[in-house]
Amino acid sequence: MTGNSFSVSGYGPERAGWTRLLARDSLARRLDWPILLAALALSMMGAILVFSATRNRTEINQGDQYYFLIRHLMNTGIGFCLMIGTVWLGHRTLRTAVPILYGASVFLILLVLTPLGSTVNGAHSWIVLGGGFSLQPSEFVKITIILGMAMLLSARVDAGDKKYPDPRTVLQALGLAAVPILVVLLMPDLGSVMVMVIIILGVLLASGASNRWVFGLISTGALGAITVWQLHILDDYQINRFAAFANPDLDPAGVGYNTNQARIAIGSGGLTGSGLFHGSQTTGQFVPEQQTDFVFTVAGEELGFVGAGLIIVLLGVVLWRACRIARETTELYGTIVAAGIVAWFAFQAFENIGMTLGIMPVTGLPLPFVSYGGTSMFAVWVAVGLLQSIRVQRPMSA
Amino acid sequence: MTNIPETGRTPRVQIRLVVIQILVLSLLGTLGGRLWYLQIREGNEYAKEASGNHVQQVVEPAVRGSILDARGVPLADNETRLVVSASRTDLLKMKDDGRAVLTKLAGVLGMKPEEVIQKVRLCDAQTPKPCWNGSPYQPIPITDEATAKQALQIRERAEDFPGITAEPEAVRRYASPGKSNTAQVLGYLSPVTDDEITKAQDTDSPYLRSDQVGRSGLERQYDKELRGKAGVTRYEVDNLGRVIGKAEADAAEPGANLVTSIDARVQRVAEYELDNAMKIARGQFDKITGENYKADSGAVVVMEAKTGRVVAMASAPTYDPNVWVGGISAKDYKKLTGKNSDYPLLNRAIQGQSAPGSTFKVVSTAAAVEAGYEWDGGYPCTSSYSVGGQVFKNFEGESFGPISLGRALEVSCDTVFYGLADREWKKDGGINPKKGEPKDYFYKAAHQFGLGKETGIDLPNEVTGRVPDRQWKLDYWKANKVGWCKSGKKDGSYVEKIAYENCLEGNKMREGDSINYSIGQGDTLVTPIQEAAIYGALANGGTMYQPTIGKAIVSPDGKTVQEIKPKSVGKLPVNQATIKGMDSALAGVVTRGTAAWKFGGWPQDKIPLHAKTGTAEVYGKQTTSWLATYSKDYTVIMTIAQAGTGSGASGEAVRGIYNALYGVQADGTIDKKKAMLSTPQKGLPKVRTDGTIDSPKIAKDPVKELKATDGGTAAPDETQPGATTNTPTTNQNTRRRPRKRGSRRMLT
Repeated sequence: MTGNSFSVSGYGPERAGWTRLLARDSLARRLDWPILLAALALSMMGAILVFSATRNRTEINQGDQYYFLIRHLMNTGIGFCLMIGTVWLGHRTLRTAVPILYGASVFLILLVLTPLGSTVNGAHSWIVLGGGFSLQPSEFVKITIILGMAMLLSARVDAGDKKYPDPRTVLQALGLAAVPILVVLLMPDLGSVMVMVIIILGVLLASGASNRWVFGLISTGALGAITVWQLHILDDYQINRFAAFANPDLDPAGVGYNTNQARIAIGSGGLTGSGLFHGSQTTGQFVPEQQTDFVFTVAGEELGFVGAGLIIVLLGVVLWRACRIARETTELYGTIVAAGIVAWFAFQAFENIGMTLGIMPVTGLPLPFVSYGGTSMFAVWVAVGLLQSIRVQRPMSA
Repeated sequence: MTNIPETGRTPRVQIRLVVIQILVLSLLGTLGGRLWYLQIREGNEYAKEASGNHVQQVVEPAVRGSILDARGVPLADNETRLVVSASRTDLLKMKDDGRAVLTKLAGVLGMKPEEVIQKVRLCDAQTPKPCWNGSPYQPIPITDEATAKQALQIRERAEDFPGITAEPEAVRRYASPGKSNTAQVLGYLSPVTDDEITKAQDTDSPYLRSDQVGRSGLERQYDKELRGKAGVTRYEVDNLGRVIGKAEADAAEPGANLVTSIDARVQRVAEYELDNAMKIARGQFDKITGENYKADSGAVVVMEAKTGRVVAMASAPTYDPNVWVGGISAKDYKKLTGKNSDYPLLNRAIQGQSAPGSTFKVVSTAAAVEAGYEWDGGYPCTSSYSVGGQVFKNFEGESFGPISLGRALEVSCDTVFYGLADREWKKDGGINPKKGEPKDYFYKAAHQFGLGKETGIDLPNEVTGRVPDRQWKLDYWKANKVGWCKSGKKDGSYVEKIAYENCLEGNKMREGDSINYSIGQGDTLVTPIQEAAIYGALANGGTMYQPTIGKAIVSPDGKTVQEIKPKSVGKLPVNQATIKGMDSALAGVVTRGTAAWKFGGWPQDKIPLHAKTGTAEVYGKQTTSWLATYSKDYTVIMTIAQAGTGSGASGEAVRGIYNALYGVQADGTIDKKKAMLSTPQKGLPKVRTDGTIDSPKIAKDPVKELKATDGGTAAPDETQPGATTNTPTTNQNTRRRPRKRGSRRMLT
């Protein structure tokens, strides 16, 4: 810790132009560039892959082959602005706004349950805004859960009252997360629920809450799954759909077909792929939802091991830097937020890519930055903004 | 610094963060590993699967090559039918899946709309027939009997019938030129089976689902050449089966034409004469069985003596090969193959075998010469030959005194051959042969004459016949002794007695076996084509040819001709002097021997004929008649089961065939202009570059033309021979000879 550490938080002293930009403690130098560049690269790759998957799909692209490409780039641009806004506000400011954000997001997902919501691919989790725009509030819930839980869990620790969050606080935090999760479970959007549970796990771990809470959460999840399975709460076909990733014959016309076609697409890519726009599986539209949930198959088929591997490496860069940010910030609030984002991105990427590779069950989760989808894109860029803010506002001495 | 508490980074949190980081990395590592496994390790598998996913084939069948006779007359060719087909891919692009178009089409074709829609739907487990069994990317035929008017209606209003085509397509036709049928020789086609497709998958001539495959006869033997190569267009399709691009296309290559040595006119004459002879035989009374002859099956072979090429080959009963075209009905199939059928699919010229009777004596004569017996030695032709209490009688109890081998052949003296065979049997050591190889001249000769194995004719499923030599007896005994020993009784019925004897010593060559064998009886079996090969060799001076029907394979444009050359397979085991001796003896059969009564007035000085008759008895049935003949150029063999003597049943018929070949008239004069083929056909018919064939016109029915001009040697409705000059004196089947051994016995 040095004496000027105080001055770097906030916006620093008044300086002029270039000097200010290039100064040792300037914002530009304190940004985490690897995360920013990797996220941008992923978004651009996503744009190309989405373009490849949709340019011939006249039935959804309104006759304009650039329809999805332009929208993906627009989404990226909006997301980028949201990131800048987040950095400008700073995660600490947002900390104070948590009750408002939380309230708004819960309101939105409740809105989905009203006749205003609509169903896409079996999940009733959308609000159609008209003009081709729609909103998926569960994406924002991921952020508000992280911020809300972080606020509660870190309040007394950051204030120096306690070393670790006490059980009461943990219960409060869990209660805060449980409300939107239950709503999402009703939609039903199982994939998002899984992501949120993993986020809670990451948040609890990073908060320093007692091991009992962590294991308690894990065993509760396991018990719940076993109960659902044993008591036949789900129909056989639902279980089959879930298990079809391992054995496509369980649901040959539905999920099994998707899994199979996705695996064929990726497998046929080989080392360098069939070349952009030359994938027969992609051109022939054998893989469903290829611009959104199954976008990774386009990379696998057309760019091969090299291109698909690059996506994994770029995601690795984002996650690696995010972990560092979590470790290097000194206030627990920032640590928890960063860890929550790591858990979110890591699980969602693993689940999304894993299902296309046939090692995870098929759920409707987008691949961060790469998949087409506005709300998801905005949410992940806001998350990047939060990470940047945590890094920018940590003491330089670290 | 005071507003940043230092408690945020306790060791517990720090450790947990490291754990999270490691977990995250291992998840990404897992993804990378799985990606490597799918793309690098198993990439080829998936690439293959991907290409199968999005490529579909459309097959344009090749036109099957024609089968031509020696002058280019098509025996099997293709006729054009107007086929109306629907493209499913096109229909599915319409809003109502093409329902409106199909309904309109049904109106034009005069069919019910449901009928048409049913034909276009795809077969699966739930769909009852009719439905389409082939590839959904293949145009689906709706009818192959469209009229020209209907086709025109569809083509002129193409915009009203999107996805519907009306195209002429080639369908197999067995043309029956000049009423010749040739059914068993040509064979037939039927659709390829799944098994065959799988088996031929990796060969150089894979089958396609739509292929028809030759199942018997020439269609099967030359299937690969005739079939050609279907054209395949590969389309790239998307997940809904919509065509998104054309990958590659191979044009169809039509099959090659097969030129045969068959002459459609001679074929017709041979078929007619065989059929007629059988009809006549059925009108004659068999005194042995006390009922008319059954004459239930027969065969005739006309072969070029100097090449082994088959000019005509007929088998009775027969059938119309066109029943196979367009798929045979269950009823027709049962008629052809059922238990109550007379098995008309069998080509009895190569698949019918029976004891050769006296026609076998040429083999015995050659064997005797080989064994060292003088041609002109005086061999006693007594009225009977007795061995150990058994009496083997000569035909009609005749006796000619001591005669030469040639004379013995000419008069068909059984006792001469009994004696010679018996002496050889004894020389070889009798029932228990000496140590070392017994000489077995009579059996070796049969093998050298090509008996007991296929002639190798270019037709599938030829049978071998049988030479009942020591090895066969041993094998046969081993296979049957259990049954024989069980049912055999010393003092039982005839069958039981035979079984008893067979059980005791059926593995050994007994004296009676050898004696019976010498005149073509006992267990000896030959096929008509084997006889043709033997008598053909006698005609040409001793060279055995492998009989052939295919003469050349000519490419569809006539440019490449692959000739099928006559193939010599060896020499008869006889010297020229013996051949000459046999030649004149067999000529004597025609002029003064057993066949003379049917060949009176034959211009023997201009066209020398040679013949040997045979009449073999089959246990429990009427006698099988054989007539083996040859001229300078041809050999004609005819056999009819349950029809009496060789000359009696087949004499006129065989003479009728020679009449047609050489243009011999009823009065014995030769009209060269009427001769169908006085010398064998040389050269090949010409196939023009456009695929048409230069072929002569053929009379509607060559037999009618013959009969119309020569006054008729045997008109179809006649049951009695019309032009015989000699009345039969020794042709009565009156003899009843006690059967001593074997299940068959011999008349002459």
